[in-house]
Amino acid sequence: MDRLRQIFRRFLADMAGNGIRLFARFITAVRADWRGIAPEPGLRVYFANHTSNGDMPMVWSVLPPALRRRTRPVAAADYWLKTPLRAFAGRDVFRAVLIDRRPEHRTSDPVAAMVAALDEGSSLILFPEGGRNMGPEPLLPFKAGLYNIGVQRPQVDLVPTWIANLNSIMPKGEIIPLPLICTVTFGTPLHVKPGESKEAFLARASEALRTLAPEARP
Amino acid sequence: MSATTADLLTLTLWICVLLIALGLFGEAMRRRGDPDRPSPALESYLMRVQSWWAMVILLALALLLGRAGVVVLFGFASFAALREFLTLTAKAQADHIALALAFFVILPLQFVFVGLRWEGASATFIPIYAFLGLPILSALRGNPQRFLIRVAETQWGLMIAVFCVSYVPALMMLDLPDHGDRAILLIAFLVIVVQLGDLLEYFIGRRIGRRRIAPGLAPKTWEGMASGVACAAAIGAALSWITPFGPWGAAAMAAAASAAGQFGSLVMAAIKRDRGIKDWSHMIPGQGGVLDQFDSVVFAAPVFYHLARTFWG
Repeated sequence: MDRLRQIFRRFLADMAGNGIRLFARFITAVRADWRGIAPEPGLRVYFANHTSNGDMPMVWSVLPPALRRRTRPVAAADYWLKTPLRAFAGRDVFRAVLIDRRPEHRTSDPVAAMVAALDEGSSLILFPEGGRNMGPEPLLPFKAGLYNIGVQRPQVDLVPTWIANLNSIMPKGEIIPLPLICTVTFGTPLHVKPGESKEAFLARASEALRTLAPEARP
Repeated sequence: MSATTADLLTLTLWICVLLIALGLFGEAMRRRGDPDRPSPALESYLMRVQSWWAMVILLALALLLGRAGVVVLFGFASFAALREFLTLTAKAQADHIALALAFFVILPLQFVFVGLRWEGASATFIPIYAFLGLPILSALRGNPQRFLIRVAETQWGLMIAVFCVSYVPALMMLDLPDHGDRAILLIAFLVIVVQLGDLLEYFIGRRIGRRRIAPGLAPKTWEGMASGVACAAAIGAALSWITPFGPWGAAAMAAAASAAGQFGSLVMAAIKRDRGIKDWSHMIPGQGGVLDQFDSVVFAAPVFYHLARTFWG
């Protein structure tokens, strides 16, 4: 009986995932630009800019199915466990690695959870700014997680991933998404160099991500 | 089967013959070339032929389905075009509601008005009500930064991608004397003469073109454009059997539509150049976006409609 329920849950999650993908395709005609790396299997951390709640589903939607099945987003537990529906989406549809953003409440180390997911063979989608960027700057300073992953698992490709336009598609506080075209650009992968300091690496990663953004229009 | 349907099928058949010939030509060129090093120009040509097939089949099905089919097809084309255009325009969060209305209310309503033949509504809705109403909605949110640029670019997008596009299905509603239900064939006439005119302008222009029309914008030349318009006129005359215009009238209408369309492409090229892009999107393999493929038809449709009404209505 439990097994049957699990199969049903899995089926529902797949259907919901397909629905989300179709919606993303129809509304934003979301498109991948594999500029610096090919869409091939391999352990990767896609690190992306974060301006909207739609960011993670966008990156997830443009991955080819074989890659998507082996890729898990890293997401905030306080957001994704708030309601039963979100918990279903977070756990079953996206199979997110849920981490606690609030250090004072933490019972487990977020980097350990991410590394464990990598060791199980899953690639990750990570938003190193740690929260949504609401300001005029293109990127907020990165948190240390990306560096720590790069040090602990040096063979993993750290892929800068720029999500363009989502801020106008769904600005914070608006309910109706605008059907503008969203492009997800994957850049050349980075690795932490031997002896590279945390600050130097994070600055390099941030720069690599920023250069993928389409030139700022007047 | 009505005479109109029979004519539509005949026309589709001829276009299919043309596409098969173009495809065979491409395959023959591929045979002649080095199989290990396929020429990129040839591969993109063959991909374009594939895309033409898809477009011809879609348009033929829509025309055979009649009024509803045509309105729905061009409604979706308009949606894709507006999406391409507004992706690149200036906007702020203060415009969010105005933009959402443009996509989800104004666009569908315009095509409903066209489908219901409410000519007064379809002619005034966007140039008057959207033109005055959307800036009000943006102003209510109180952000004056680049306000005129924001509202002007949004309105321009609506005019091009919705208002002008809606003139294509509107051709179906043209009430020409002694023409009955045959107005739907004018859509096929317009699309064929404008698109073939563009294509021949491109090929002939590359061979004999010397003097650039606007060197900073596009490689179009006066010689290429004149040849394109002349070819469109000849094709129009050959297709006069599906129009009420007669051979000379059909040639003149085709020439006017093709000229409007080619200058329209130049206008759209100026916008693309300014925004630093080559194509509006990547929706049609080998061709770029809907606006890249149909910018000329978009500019030609309102001109064609009003000329037909003035001289044959």
